[in-house]
Amino acid sequence: MGELKLMKGNEAIAEAIIRAGADGYFGYPITPQSEVLEYLMAAKPWETTGMVVLQAESEVASINMLYGGGGTGKKVVTSSSSPGISLMQEGLSYIAGAEIPILIINVVRGGPGLGDIQPSQSDYFQATKGGGHGDYRLIVLAPSSVQEMADFVPVAYELAFKYRNPAMILSDGAIGQMMEKVEFFEPMPRLSDEEIKARYPWATNGKPMNGERRILTSLDLDPQKLEDHNIHLQEKYRQIEETEVRFETLQCDDAEYVIVAYGTSARVSLKAVKLLREKGVKVGLLRPITLWPFPTKKIQKLVDQGVKGFLSVEMSAGQMVEDVRLAVNGKVKVEHYGRFGGMIHSPEEVVEALEQKIIGG
Amino acid sequence: MSETALKDIIKPENLVYQKTRLMTDKPLSYCPGCGHGTTHRLIMEVIEEMGKEHETIGVAPVGCSVLAYEFMDVDMQEAAHGRAPALATAIKRLWPDHIVFTYQGDGDLAAIGTAETIHACNRGEKFVIIFINNGIYGMTGGQMAPTTLEGMKTSTSPYGRDPNIMGHPLKITELVAQLPGTYYVTRQSVHTPSAVRKAKRAIKKAFENQLNNAPGLSFVEVVSNCNSGWKMTPVDANNWMEENMFPFYPIGDIKVDGQLVK
Repeated sequence: MGELKLMKGNEAIAEAIIRAGADGYFGYPITPQSEVLEYLMAAKPWETTGMVVLQAESEVASINMLYGGGGTGKKVVTSSSSPGISLMQEGLSYIAGAEIPILIINVVRGGPGLGDIQPSQSDYFQATKGGGHGDYRLIVLAPSSVQEMADFVPVAYELAFKYRNPAMILSDGAIGQMMEKVEFFEPMPRLSDEEIKARYPWATNGKPMNGERRILTSLDLDPQKLEDHNIHLQEKYRQIEETEVRFETLQCDDAEYVIVAYGTSARVSLKAVKLLREKGVKVGLLRPITLWPFPTKKIQKLVDQGVKGFLSVEMSAGQMVEDVRLAVNGKVKVEHYGRFGGMIHSPEEVVEALEQKIIGG
Repeated sequence: MSETALKDIIKPENLVYQKTRLMTDKPLSYCPGCGHGTTHRLIMEVIEEMGKEHETIGVAPVGCSVLAYEFMDVDMQEAAHGRAPALATAIKRLWPDHIVFTYQGDGDLAAIGTAETIHACNRGEKFVIIFINNGIYGMTGGQMAPTTLEGMKTSTSPYGRDPNIMGHPLKITELVAQLPGTYYVTRQSVHTPSAVRKAKRAIKKAFENQLNNAPGLSFVEVVSNCNSGWKMTPVDANNWMEENMFPFYPIGDIKVDGQLVK
């Protein structure tokens, strides 16, 4: 394994982008993730791996650069924070419709509107329910450490290309800004143009010498064909839900109560579980790593196993809690607890919430 | 004329004109008399003549030419409204040896996509923009465009474009010519045989600039009629275009080899 480095989450993700063999980064500065573009510009990967880095005129342009570049079969990526991600929703809808594999990173800050620049998890709905217009899904990975900021880049690319679907790393301002030790994976070489052409026959990078030209579009004026395309997309999404759910559990085997939390909230909840266990409360932590597909079946198993209540802990007014409730389907109690608007709850607050809302409630 | 006589005429040795190979067999969806079909053909002729059909990627817009990818037999991407220059930017930067072009109308390029247009031009992206200006939104049924002339009637300027209320027509081609990133900027038309020949030369020059790795973007505006949107016959529309559009949007080169034409 490689050496340990002390880095910010945003820097780690930028380094991981280069190491994952990305071909192009297109982005626009916004706090709290501007270090990604800054790191890449300072690293000058165009001189080493040949990766293109471009500061776009807007997030609208960035996401459409991903459409263009991703549409040729190249590994492209952008990063932004909440208001910028909102601007990208149009492009994401087109990308999902045209089935272009791309990677998008959201280092979430408080909202709505311009909000603030502090960490938040209030973009969960936008990330996991589609975000733009039409029936579509993003594959959403939620890192809870600087290490995972790095590790999830190649994972997200693998999923994006496996399913020809946009993938998002949904982080937050705390993980983006905090420094932690990180151990990087070995650099992966960029694919050659020939390898891309051989591997991705759908990609529009010049009509094959012995084949039909390719078209990437999300338009079909024939409603029956568009319904057929949507059915295909839904089948793909079902397949992803069946095979790509990722999560981590902690002390759930004997748990009577389970906290469900991801990202920074999962880190806080980890401490809350420790405090509760010290008090003799049998509590566990379920940390979804993929927010979509969501670990619905795992939650159902926990219900079957005898868990008496779930507390969804999020830095939002309560978004993921809806998916926990759908999974639990009314069988046991599900409540939400969380600070929002850029505030982060303390472990003690989580302990109190579980005691009052779930055990005592 | 009898069938026998036709058979005598239709022979390979009598062939003087045929469909460009790089145009698909799909019937064009454009109105008779519209300039889109001719311009499509000119682009495909140029790519065929350059022998670059296997190394070309085109980006289609939203508007009347939203289905341009149905007619052009090269790899194509369909962009969101106004975003084609952003797509083309990444395509060209990631495939610098390929020929990349966007095909956009006036609403797409000069209204909703103004930022993408200006910044792609200003960065000196090395692709070609073909810009069809007919002063109206044809696809959505004849609404006012950024390039609609003062006084011109459309469904959203039914009493004529009043600059006090609706602003002025935008000469975006002159605007992009001022940017250091553009290398070749020209305005053409395709409404007469001689205009078609000149437009072909301009489009060829634009694509050859890319082939020669010229330091900047090549931008070809084609002033076209929209006879159905203008509610005129094709002939009347062409006459109206000459009398009204050309004085405001004069035909000719604006910038050649990076230098403004005096």
